Parts: sequence; C-alpha cells; structure tokens
Amino acid sequence: MSSPDRTGLASCLAAVGYVADGGLATALALMDMLRRPLLLEGEAGVGKTEVAKALAAVHGAELIRLQCHEGLDRADALYEWNYQRQLMAIKAREGADADAVEAHVFSERYLLERPLLAAIRREASPVLLIDEIDRADAEFEAFLLEVLSDFQVSVPELGTIAARSIPRVILTSNGTRELSDALRRRCLYHALDFPDVEREAAILRARLPGIDIALAQQIAEMIAAIRREDLVKRPGVAETLDWAAALMGLGVGRLDADREAVFDTLACIVKTREDRGRLPRAVIERLIGRVA
Amino acid sequence: MDGETLAIRRRLAGFLRTLRDNGFRIGLAESRDALRILAAPPYRRATTVKPALRALCCGSRVDWRAFDDLFDTFWTGRGVRTRVAVTRAGAQTSQRTMRSLAEAGQAGGLADAADGMADAAPHGRREGASRHENLAHTDFRHLADPAAMARAHDLAERLARTMRTRLSRRWQRHRRGRRPDLRATIRASLATGGLPLDLVQRRRRRPPLRLVVLVDASGSMSLYTSVFLRFVHGILEHFREAEAFLFHTRLVHVSAALREKDAARALDRLGLMVEGVGGGTRIGDALADFNRHHAARVINSRTCVMILSDGYDTGAPERLGAEMAALRRRCRRIVWLNPLLGWKDYQPVARGMAAALPHVDLFAAAHDLASLGALEPYLARL
Repeated sequence: MSSPDRTGLASCLAAVGYVADGGLATALALMDMLRRPLLLEGEAGVGKTEVAKALAAVHGAELIRLQCHEGLDRADALYEWNYQRQLMAIKAREGADADAVEAHVFSERYLLERPLLAAIRREASPVLLIDEIDRADAEFEAFLLEVLSDFQVSVPELGTIAARSIPRVILTSNGTRELSDALRRRCLYHALDFPDVEREAAILRARLPGIDIALAQQIAEMIAAIRREDLVKRPGVAETLDWAAALMGLGVGRLDADREAVFDTLACIVKTREDRGRLPRAVIERLIGRVA
Repeated sequence: MDGETLAIRRRLAGFLRTLRDNGFRIGLAESRDALRILAAPPYRRATTVKPALRALCCGSRVDWRAFDDLFDTFWTGRGVRTRVAVTRAGAQTSQRTMRSLAEAGQAGGLADAADGMADAAPHGRREGASRHENLAHTDFRHLADPAAMARAHDLAERLARTMRTRLSRRWQRHRRGRRPDLRATIRASLATGGLPLDLVQRRRRRPPLRLVVLVDASGSMSLYTSVFLRFVHGILEHFREAEAFLFHTRLVHVSAALREKDAARALDRLGLMVEGVGGGTRIGDALADFNRHHAARVINSRTCVMILSDGYDTGAPERLGAEMAALRRRCRRIVWLNPLLGWKDYQPVARGMAAALPHVDLFAAAHDLASLGALEPYLARL
C-alpha cells in the first residue's frame, strides 16, 4: 500500500475536490505513518466530515460511518446477534442434535455487523469516520479507546475477531463535551477553522466548476464578512456552496449587480430568526458595498 | 548513531519536556512517535516538522493555540529558558493582582458584624438543637466570626457531596423500560424451558444530571458569595459534569480554578472576581455572553442551570428577559436562588428580577444552609 507524503496527499485531496491546508495534509500523512487516529475539532460547518469522505476517495477506500449520539452502546456500535432469526432457527430445528443447533445459531450468519466490527473485518482498509464523538457518553468513549488501541473485538460466543486490516480512523468533535485526556492523547489532533477567503474561493471553484472566478472571490469575501458579524449560527462551508449554487441558478454574475437576488437567497446561509434580525437590509447593502 | 542525530534527539526531549511543563499530555508513546517523525526524510525541515509535531502533541484547542509560540521560542530563541511559558504568563499576572476572595468574604463578614449584632438574637443558639442544626438556619449575613464561617463552608461542601451521591443512586435504582431486552429475555426463558414468559424490559440508561452554576459576585451579594462559592466548589468536585461561572459586570468561567482540590486555595485563585465587587451587576449582559460563547459547549438537554443572584440588575430588564428566554429554550430547568427571598416580606419587585421570573422553573431562597439542602429533592426529580 502506498502512502503519499504530505505534498502528494494535498494534491490528491485537491483532485477529489477537497482543498486542504498544509497542516491538515501533514496530519493526514502522519495517520498512515504512525497508525494513529485523527481527532478533528471545530465548529459545525467547517468541513470535518468532508475530510473523511475526501480521504476515502483518495485511497479508494470504503467509508464506514458511526454517528454518535447520547445513549449509543456496544450493540449499536459493534455487533449484535440477530435474536429473531436465532429463535426461528432453533424452533425450525427442534429435535435435532442440541450441540449442532447451538453451533449453527452462534455462527457468523447470525451476527449483525455494526460499524466498528465492519471496519476491522474488511479486506482492504477502510476509512472509519466516528462522527461527533462528543455526543456519546463517557463510557462509550472508554470502550472506543479499547477498540482503537487493540483493533480486535471479542465476541464471547465466537471468540476473538482480529482485524484483517487496520482502518484509518477519523474522529470529529464539536466540543459540546470535554473529551477524556486518554482519547486526546491517543489521537493526532487538528483544529479545523473556517477557511480563509482564498481557500474558500478555491473550494467554490473546485466544487462548482462552472462558477465565475470573480463571483467565487466575491462570495468568499461576503461570507467572511458575514461570519465576522455577531451571529448565533455562523454559516459553514456547506452553506457557502448552497448559496453559490443558488446565485448561479438565478444567473447572478456579480453580487453588487443584483442586490435583490442576494437578499432573496440569504435563506441559504442565515438560518435562525435572530440572525435574520441581525442582518437587516442596510447591513447587507454595506457588506456588498465592501466586497464590490 | 552520529553526533548530530544524538544532539537533535536531546533537543527534542527537551522540547517535549517543555510541552509537558505547559500542560500538554505527552507520554512515552508520543515521545517515540516524535522521534519517528524526526527520522523520516520529509520532516527534516522546520516548515514541515512544525505541523507534524503540532498534530502529534496537541490534544485540544488550548494546546493548539499555545503550540506555535512554544515551538518558535524553543527552536529559534536559542538558550531562552522556556519554562517561563506563554500559557503561564496570563495566570501569573492575574494571580498577582488578585486579592484573596476568602479574605474578602471574611472581611465583609467582620464588617457586617456590627449591624449583625443587633438582630443576631433571633438567630442565636437554640437550646437543645445541635450546633449543625443551629448553623443550618443561620442567615449567611449573620455569620460573623471566622470559625462559624469555616464551619458553614464545610457544611456547604458536605451538603453538595451528599446531594451528588443521593442523586446518582436514585438514577440507578429507577429502572422501568419501554423496549424489550431480547438478550435478557432469552436468558430468563431458560427457567421456563425456552418459553419467553417474562419479558425483560430495558430503557436507556439515564446520563447523570449536568449542573451549570452562575454565581453573582456583585457588591450587593458580597456577604453571600464566599459561602456560595464553597458550595459550588463541593458541587464541582462531586458532580461528574458541572461547570461554574461568576458574573458581576462581565462573565468569568471559573470551573478550572474551582477544580483545585483544596477549597481555600480554590477560593484564593478566584480573587479575580473581586475587581467587580462594588460595581453594578449586568446580569443581562453576562447571560448574553454565556448564551453566545459557552452555552453550546456546557448545555445539553439534561442540564440544570442554577443562578445564584439577588436580581439587582443595572442593565435593561428587557435584555435580561430576552436572554433568559433564550437560555430557557436550551436547557432543561432553570433554578434561580435568591438569598433575599429568605428575608421576611421580600417581594421580587426589582425590575430585573420581575423580567426574569417568567422563565424560571424554581425560584427559591438561598440564605442559609437548610434552604440549599431543600433543593436536593427538586434536582432529583429533573
């Protein structure tokens, strides 16, 4: 398996439409070298999940995603027996040799694979995305740490399942809960921020190939200005892309040429009532005037 | 191994030690990996090795912000003793300017002793009652001598501790589920020859309650803050998930300072708040700050926000009302503890208090230890 170095990786990421800065490319290259998971932290909308998707595309690997939530437990994350099928199988084989039935019922046919188990049983190493780890409980975090350090899972009825391949693991966190020191130490770390104007314009050009270069620049500057306003929910990169697509769909060539369209499409980027109130027409006009 | 490599290794060990001194979490495994990074050809240059070591050594945003300065100081500022670290500087200056909170609180208590004497009689020692009982019903205003103060502090802390254990035990015993647990049902059916007669139910284990405490440290509250802070210290130590903030004219996040094991030292570290005493309180602004910068991180659907304040607000009451409404939408319960409520004939007519009240779930007195203790059953029912 070839693992490209940081510059090679950055251009590979660009080829699949993800514009990464040098620090992130380094961190992704180190993941392969040191075999450590990568913890990405940053506000909602800075493109944490996209990193995993892009990495999977670069390596041509499968992306397995575990979405964390409150109350997530082993049965949702690792494996579960298919009890209904087991019960049916036992009923269907009533009278047969008890040992044979037991061996049959506890075979892999009746094992329901959940993301963590799936990730270590693949032939080619997949990208495992553990999304919003901060939403899971502290207990689950400890359990996850165990799986991530050994890459083996023990199922009492089957024995230990060792990893066929070591997945590349990316964890993301919004910082709604403080993560444990042990997990932070185990992982490489990258703090992801909103992209600067140049990088956001580059993202727009990469994702929306038809976009006018001047318009992309204007949109990037406008979004940067809106993020500096005092908002409850700052628009993320996904919102920028939506907005750019909407403006392109309306045939807007320059923001200052068609202010009406800009105002009408603000719904793409401003998503709470309070924020809408904080961006009245006058403010938008002023911002447009600045980027024009 | 040639001499150059050896020298680099030594420098690296020194760098990692500097990071450790600055609170980075770096163990042996990290040291080993750092050596591996340095040994790899792409990371021979300063421009490439910096982001690599940063990804390896940082564990949080705090580390992330401090790393660049530490790296530059260590590797480029030759011979600079890096123990005088960037992250420490802030803490030291604030400590120097701080007056001890504990002292401030007690000084206030002593000053109050004179007018406390006059109406101390009704709160005086009662025959037959234990000393604890006695103290439990003494208004914090009337705690004059340092010894009584210290006892009140201890009691406040113990109260917080028992609240924690009682609350957590109650969650575990309480188990009535809505979904059948198939694994356990099959296990139970062994007793009836494989017929699942008894369905075992399960339900999501309840995560422990999270408490966020906002303590008013303005001049009008100065007689109460030190006891409250001791109580909050106990809560922080014994609730697994709790956060504390102080506010007067602005909001200060004090969880880190209060996590200090020794209560007296913890209060010492809080001297920072003293600078706000005597000025007015801007509860609305403090809450706005909280909603904007901290709420997303510290509040989840099972969070109880506890505000300890007398509700005297020098800001606009409309602002306080709006921010209370915003806070109410986010958290599960808002408890407002007002020491004045323990006074006879007190009516919450202060404009700020009146604006906040519609959004408060529990409005209770907090003038003595008994009233703090009375909260526990309420918190258990959340």
